[in-house]
Amino acid sequence: MIRSITQLKSEEEIDRLLEGLMRVFIVGCGTCVTLTHTGGEPEVTAMNESLSKKGKLITGQTVVPVACDNLTSDMLGEFGPQMDQSDALLIMTCAFGVQTIARQLKKMVVPALDTLFIGKETGPGEFNEVCIQCGTCIIGETGGICPVTSCHKGLVNGPCGGTDNGKCEIDRRKDCVWTMIYNRLLDLGRLDSMRIIQPPRNHLGEPTPGKMILPEA
Amino acid sequence: MVSAFKKALESGKFVVTCEAAPPKGTNLDRMAHDIELLKDKVDGINVTDHQSSVMRFPSLGGALLVKELGGEPILQMTCRDRNRLALQADLLFASYKGIHNVLCLTGDSIMLGDHKEAKSVFDLDSSQLVAVVRTLEEGKDTSGNDLDGGVSFCAGAIVTPEATPLEPQLIKFEKKIEAGAEFIQTQAVFDLDRFKEFMEYARQFQVKILAGIILLTSAPMARFMNKNIAGVFVPQDLIDEMASAPKGQALAKGIEIAGRMIRRIQEEKMCDGVHIMAIGKEDLVPEIMSVAGLI
Repeated sequence: MIRSITQLKSEEEIDRLLEGLMRVFIVGCGTCVTLTHTGGEPEVTAMNESLSKKGKLITGQTVVPVACDNLTSDMLGEFGPQMDQSDALLIMTCAFGVQTIARQLKKMVVPALDTLFIGKETGPGEFNEVCIQCGTCIIGETGGICPVTSCHKGLVNGPCGGTDNGKCEIDRRKDCVWTMIYNRLLDLGRLDSMRIIQPPRNHLGEPTPGKMILPEA
Repeated sequence: MVSAFKKALESGKFVVTCEAAPPKGTNLDRMAHDIELLKDKVDGINVTDHQSSVMRFPSLGGALLVKELGGEPILQMTCRDRNRLALQADLLFASYKGIHNVLCLTGDSIMLGDHKEAKSVFDLDSSQLVAVVRTLEEGKDTSGNDLDGGVSFCAGAIVTPEATPLEPQLIKFEKKIEAGAEFIQTQAVFDLDRFKEFMEYARQFQVKILAGIILLTSAPMARFMNKNIAGVFVPQDLIDEMASAPKGQALAKGIEIAGRMIRRIQEEKMCDGVHIMAIGKEDLVPEIMSVAGLI
C-alpha cells in the first residue's frame, strides 16, 4: 500500500503558526501517520501535553481513521462542539488530510507535519519513495526500477559521475539507482535496454497542478 | 568555424588543457593572472561552472575573459542550474562570442555546495546536452524550430574510468559518444596501468581522450580524495611517496608526480592528451608541464 510519509515540523515553527491562537483542537490520523509515528494516538497525546504546558487550551483531540477521506457525520457530531470552541485545528496528518479537513470545516487549520513523499514501507521503520508521478513512465526500459524517482538527479540515461560503489553522491546510505538498474537488467539479460538513448523528459506529462476529468462514457 | 582546440585535437599532437575557476565575486584579477600565465602554454582552458555547486562568477563570463585575453576557452556547462531554454540560449551566446568549445556535464548535486536549499534542475543530462549542441549546429532548437544564425562547437564530456562498478559508466560514455561527443576528459587517474586497460577499450571509439591529472598537494589530501571523491583512487605507493616528502616539500613532490605521470602517458602514447586539474593552484601548471617535458 502506498503511504504518505511525513515528518513533525520543528517546535519553533509550530509555536509560530499557533501564535495568538489560544484554543486548539488536535487531529491525528489512523493510517499513514500512525505507521510513521508522526500523528497517531501517542503523538497526538504528546502534542496535547506539550501545548498544554505552554499554556494553550486544548479543546479536544481525536485520531480519525483516514484523514484523506471525508469526515463522517458521526465524527463531526461527536467532536463538532469541541472543534467549534477552538481557534484553530492543529492537524497531525499528511497534507492530504490537512486539505481534506480544511475543505470541510470553516476553521483555521495548522499543519503540524511536513509531507516528505509518497512511498512505501520497504522494511521495518524504513520508507522509500516509489513514484513521483511524472506522467511519462519509462520503467519498462529500466527493469521496473524508476530512475526519475530514485536517482537524486532524476537522470534517465545512466549514472552520474558522483556514484561510488553502488551508492549515491549525496548520501552513502542511499543506493545508486543506476547501479540497481544495471544489476537487474544484467540479471534479466536485458542490458541492451540500458543502452537506449532516452530523450529529454517531457514535463508536459506531469500536469501542474494535477487535474484530470474523465471523458463522459 | 573550427576551434583552435579542435584543430589541436585533430593535429595528432599531445594536447594539454587545464582549468581556470571563476571567483566568488567580481574580482577577476587572479583568474586573469592565471589565464595570462597559461594561455600560450596549453591548448585549452576549461572554465568551471559553479564547481562543487558553489555559486560563483559564471563559466560563460569566465570563458569570455579567456577569449578576451587571447586564450582558448572550453566552456564547462552543467545541467544542474539551467533548463533546456537557458542552456540553449547560453550556447547561442557563447558561439556568437567566439567560444567554440563546450564540455557537457551533469553537474554535482546542489547538496554538495553552498546553496543547499536551492532547486536543482537536471532538465537534461550530460549526454542529452551533447545532443542539444549537435541539434543547434544543424540550425534547429530542441523543439525543431529554425535558428536564424547558427552555432559551431567542439563538444566534449567526461568519464570516470575507475568507477565501481565500471560498466554503467561505460554505457553512459558510449551514449555521450553516440550523441556526438568529440572529446572526453577523464576523472583523475593515478593508476596508469588501470588507465591503460580503460584505453584498450576506449580506443575502439572515434573520440579523443584526455586523461585527468589532479595535482596532489599532500598525503592527507590524497587520502581525503580516496575517501570523498567518487571514482578517484590514489594508490598507496603514491600516498607513501607524498608522505615521504620532507616538511614543506609535499607540493613539490606532487608536481613531480603529476609531471612524471604526464610524461609516461605521453611517452607510452596512452591517449590523446591530458587535462590538468590543479584545483586552486593553476599557476603551478607550467611547472608541472615543465617536469613532464612539455615546455
